[in-house]
Amino acid sequence: MIGSPDLVAFTKEDDYGETSPDPWALPEEFSVPLHPLADSNPWAKTSYAKFTKDFILISEFSEQVGPQPLLTIPDDPKICGTFDLNYFSLRIMSVDYQASFVGHPPGTGYPRLSFVEDSRVVLGDSKEGAFAYVHHLTLYDLEARGFVRPFCMAYVSADERKIMLQFQELSLRFSQASECLKAGNRRAFAKELQRKLRDLEYTHSVLQREEGLQREAGPQCMYSAHAVEKANELANVEKSIYEHRDLLRQISSYHHRPRRDPHAVTCQKCITECLSECEVLLDKYAKLANPFSYCDKGKKEDEGQSQINEEGGEDEVNEEEDEGVKRRPSYTPQLIKAKSAKCFDKRLKTLRELCDNTFYEATVELLKDTEKSFRGDLCYLYTRRLDRTLRRKQRVTNFLFEEDLGDEDEDERGTLRPFCAVNHAVDNYTLLNPPPIVLGPEPLELDALEPPHPLDPSSEISRPQELCELGLVGSHLESSPSDQTLETQESSEETKGSFSSDKSGTGQADRQQNLASITSEGPDSDLTPDPDHNTDLERESSSEEMETTAGEDDGDNGGDQTPVSLLEVMSELEASREDECEGATDGACEIQSDLLVPIDTACCMAQEGFLYEASAPETVPHHEQSSYLQPCQTLVVNQEPQAQLPLQDDYTVGSPSSESPAAGLELPVGLLGDAVSRTSAEDGSDCTMSASTGSDRAASPLGYGGVLTLRQRKKHGQGALKFVRQYPFAMQALWCLLSGRTLVVLGADEGRVRRLVAALALFVPAPGKCGERVQAWLSCPFTLTDLQRWKLIGLQRVASPVGSSMLYSLSRYSRYISILDADQKTLRCPPYRGQLLANIADHRTYIRRGSTYFLHLQSMLCRLAAKAFLYTFTHHLHLPVSSTEGSEVVEGRRRCFLQEQLGLGEEDSLILLYLSQLITQQYLQPATGSSAAATCFSFNYTTSVFYKI
Amino acid sequence: MSLVKLLTGTSPVLCIGEEQPKNWFTELQVLKGHFDIVRFLVQIDDFRCASAGDDGLVLVWNVETGERLQELRGHSQQITAITTFTCNNGLTSHTSLLTASSDRSLSLWDPDTGNRVQTISDLQSSVKCLLVLERLCVWVSGGEELCVWNKDFQLQCHKQNHSDTGITALIELPKNCIAAAMDKQIVIYRLTFSTDSSLSMAEIRCLSDHQDQIRALINVNDGFFASGSHAGELILWDAIDWNILAYEHILWEESQACTQAEIRLAAPKPSEMSIQHLTTNGKHILAAVGSGLYVYSIQTKSVVAYRKVAHDSNILHTMLLSDSELMSCSEDGSVRMWEIQDLPLPAEPASAGFFGMWTFGRTNKQSGPPSKKVMEVPNIRMLELTGDLIGHSGAVQMFVSFRENGLVTCSADHLLILWKDGERQSHLRSLALFQKLEENGGL
Repeated sequence: MIGSPDLVAFTKEDDYGETSPDPWALPEEFSVPLHPLADSNPWAKTSYAKFTKDFILISEFSEQVGPQPLLTIPDDPKICGTFDLNYFSLRIMSVDYQASFVGHPPGTGYPRLSFVEDSRVVLGDSKEGAFAYVHHLTLYDLEARGFVRPFCMAYVSADERKIMLQFQELSLRFSQASECLKAGNRRAFAKELQRKLRDLEYTHSVLQREEGLQREAGPQCMYSAHAVEKANELANVEKSIYEHRDLLRQISSYHHRPRRDPHAVTCQKCITECLSECEVLLDKYAKLANPFSYCDKGKKEDEGQSQINEEGGEDEVNEEEDEGVKRRPSYTPQLIKAKSAKCFDKRLKTLRELCDNTFYEATVELLKDTEKSFRGDLCYLYTRRLDRTLRRKQRVTNFLFEEDLGDEDEDERGTLRPFCAVNHAVDNYTLLNPPPIVLGPEPLELDALEPPHPLDPSSEISRPQELCELGLVGSHLESSPSDQTLETQESSEETKGSFSSDKSGTGQADRQQNLASITSEGPDSDLTPDPDHNTDLERESSSEEMETTAGEDDGDNGGDQTPVSLLEVMSELEASREDECEGATDGACEIQSDLLVPIDTACCMAQEGFLYEASAPETVPHHEQSSYLQPCQTLVVNQEPQAQLPLQDDYTVGSPSSESPAAGLELPVGLLGDAVSRTSAEDGSDCTMSASTGSDRAASPLGYGGVLTLRQRKKHGQGALKFVRQYPFAMQALWCLLSGRTLVVLGADEGRVRRLVAALALFVPAPGKCGERVQAWLSCPFTLTDLQRWKLIGLQRVASPVGSSMLYSLSRYSRYISILDADQKTLRCPPYRGQLLANIADHRTYIRRGSTYFLHLQSMLCRLAAKAFLYTFTHHLHLPVSSTEGSEVVEGRRRCFLQEQLGLGEEDSLILLYLSQLITQQYLQPATGSSAAATCFSFNYTTSVFYKI
Repeated sequence: MSLVKLLTGTSPVLCIGEEQPKNWFTELQVLKGHFDIVRFLVQIDDFRCASAGDDGLVLVWNVETGERLQELRGHSQQITAITTFTCNNGLTSHTSLLTASSDRSLSLWDPDTGNRVQTISDLQSSVKCLLVLERLCVWVSGGEELCVWNKDFQLQCHKQNHSDTGITALIELPKNCIAAAMDKQIVIYRLTFSTDSSLSMAEIRCLSDHQDQIRALINVNDGFFASGSHAGELILWDAIDWNILAYEHILWEESQACTQAEIRLAAPKPSEMSIQHLTTNGKHILAAVGSGLYVYSIQTKSVVAYRKVAHDSNILHTMLLSDSELMSCSEDGSVRMWEIQDLPLPAEPASAGFFGMWTFGRTNKQSGPPSKKVMEVPNIRMLELTGDLIGHSGAVQMFVSFRENGLVTCSADHLLILWKDGERQSHLRSLALFQKLEENGGL
């Protein structure tokens, strides 16, 4: 193995969930570490790292070339600099603690898909100066070794503390991305399986035809070496059909598993969609339980021709094409060749292919977003979080001056919103597939059974067998969640065992001889039923079969830890068949076949086995393996308390034997809800960032453009500062905006007016989420409705007749507006002599930077909002204290409060009254609710004066 | 007209400026919903009103919140008349809306549900005015013919009309009589119930004392009714025996007094002296004459206060809010509030300005004689502009006052505006806030 990475234990200052209840201590989210990097210069740390800023790295452990980096986010070579991505990929891939080996568990008939939870690790490389949050995940690939492809996503930073302290959020975001990838991968895998099944089915039909021909040729031929070989081939194809069907079943049962990962929340709609897709496929291939019905027809049709096909050559493809076209015009089945090309020649699927393009793109977007939201140093992130937490507590006044926090409050309430690639929440995605079909109960499958083929003489016999097969299918389907979670999660040694047992079936192939060393331990008894199943039962009556089933004991399943009740039927069936085939076809199942499925997989397994032969985990016995893995698991940073539940709990949680599918789906949700609420309570911070902060989007035009980003607002702060320094009457203009009097910025130059409006928009109280109360550029006369809607208007000055009507509207509505002439630098508005705004509109201010001014402004406006809040919600300022008090007393108190306690003059009071009015309206809004009512527009009758520079 | 507009636009008197301490309408709400000129407003109850106009729509509004409560659709053409129809059956009274439209149909609506309760279509002519006689439980429609209907929309009797213009106004008079204004005449009809409770109508008098078309006909009180003509004649009638009690030719006196001033300016155009609208509070009659306002005292049978040019163009609707306050709206798009004030004894600048405007192009020397003339009249008072409401961009057709709850104006710009007392509203909102706070149990 590669040198052990310096794993970093995830530690927080306080205990997990058990904070000492000190009533006087500030809540954790409020305490800013004054010196987050007290030990050294905060900027020094990054200096010796070979990359300039944090990035996200996605790597793969390729079965062909080993660990390799796939992509970085942001996708900019400059960011990584001289940092060796290859080396780092090696490092991060070598700490994969997922149990990701697959195969046949002893006692079960088919290869198992490993259902692995993601693992999360913090890893440091002191030499490189890089620290990483590493998130491992496993994707399915039919062609891959053990059907799995290990991947990992890493957030690489030079600051160890940043990763440590942001672990929760990182984990959350990467879990979302991982879930998204996996969701897409499951779909793609199901599709791939479908293709494969078609191929197999076709191959099977071809082989069967050949066998039929041989049988006709004469009884002596039946036992020729060639015939035996053919029979074996056929048996192997059948086996692999069953295996693949089982894989399909497994993938569709994926969602029934209780997830132990509290961060793994998937979009329910995606799940149902995927499930229904799988169901459809399952339905389709359940019909082919007896492949004979499929090929009988072909046998009759071209008996003569199939002689040529004995080689299993490419002729078949052409010959069968027309039939294939008739049946499924979309896809032509391929004849599966027994011997595939060399493993290393085969091209592995890219991540994009593995995950369905939509999901891949969505994930990359999500990761880009993640990268953005974690930009900046720890102090910055802390301050921002603090700011948001505080703001979230001030919902009543936030709308006045603060940027919109977006719909993150939903995320806050404990239910983690799953990230959905196809955006189901919005529901604007047109489904490519038919609407979801309800998970079919067994009767439905019975109904869907293929009607007895009129030409098929064996249909009567095979039908009951199918029934019984379906029963098996059903129970198996239900049982799979429990045993899979069991195997893959806790007892990895079992999966090892099953891996080797899988090979036992294929192990005698010429090219796979090297596997033999491993295979010896695996009981291969469970491989036999499938081929026999078809051949034998054709001759057997089903009633006999059932009888034997009932009578048998499942001795072979002793090693299988699946609940006996669930797998009873299956195992009994297997056992019985085993008995039957013991004598007659014993040889047949041992004889190697050319048609092994999954061929590629098998081939790769061989290679893998070869590769791993030397490595310790492969060869150590079960107990040693578990003890070997155990310490590793403790090293894995385990965020989920559920992950450490004892085995019994898994049974109670996951055993779906008595549950409906719906209950199986609900149960994990409940668990998740718990865990999530707990983590979020501990966390006290959000994990997703609104698009409005720190995003790099192109500057959107003000007004109906969209949400203003913080950066844009800061830029506009520069404009506001310029305005304040340049215009001596800036204070009056700001007073107009703050007291709710519409300000019209008149000018001939659009750019200039727009800039001015953008700067002044910072002062508009309650500008709306997308600045609805601001109109940056208007070139037609405005009406009263516009005045009611907009509080800041940029108006084009034109000299045409339109201009005169515009001037008319200006003079007509002059009592409602203030006019700032950007060209002549004049302002017409009511006189303002207050002192409240002197602080923010001081044209001799020492503030030089726009962002500084913006922050200053924010704090001043925040103070104003606080005062307005106080005024609005102070009971005795609005209501009489005693019944004897008249309204004059209350009025007097109100005035006294404004003038003496807050020290506001007449005009300054107007600001507060306006803000208070907005708060009141906002507070009452949900109650009155009805959008039918127009908004009010208040004004007062005062004369205006004319200000010049 | 444009000249007048120009004059008044520059008149210092009528531009009261932005300082309006007596104007308490400091909050407005724009109510949208109509697609054409809104001509009628009817108050349904304390908090609801209905608006109707050329788009054939009738909208019911909540005046307190500004919500649109109902949308009464059914008329295909413009509404020509609308009135409320209150059914008083013992304990409960229910108010319905009665509408007439140019599509020659009449409809009865329930403003609570928005249902059309009754409808009559295919009338011979469109109805121009409606009168509900609640005492008799019938209602009368006037147009080219005069029809009497019962509350179930059954025609009781009708009278064909001989005049071309048809009936333009209807009022109820004592003793089961109704007066209908037709062109230059007022015709008195009497309704009689026969023994089999069928209703008959007979024309009993025709009053043809007006020189020109009658524009307005109102009930003053139990004893009098008044009519105004296009030529500016205001006649006060006895409601019982239909004799003329007073005849005032509004502009006649004025033009006599101003003969010297009118060397250049010809006699006032008919539109300028046409009585557009009459309102009364029982003691005074407020006549809108052209763009001027005249307050006529019934007691003294004389004009007690007037403003020859109160608006920039024709006044369309007026209202006497109290003995001293009145309100008017005009084609110029504004609503103005006036106060009847005692004239300060020395020659005040206001009246000089007023007449100065009248004599445009001349110097102040012409303003002397008329103001003297005003001074000569012993008990004349003046109309002082106390505030104006500017918001509509088209002619303000009508307004309805809900007292302290506000004022609703409707206009040719398809909008309604709800004017409110900002202070009161803010207080009400504050109360609502604390109520909600209590319900929510804190923030």
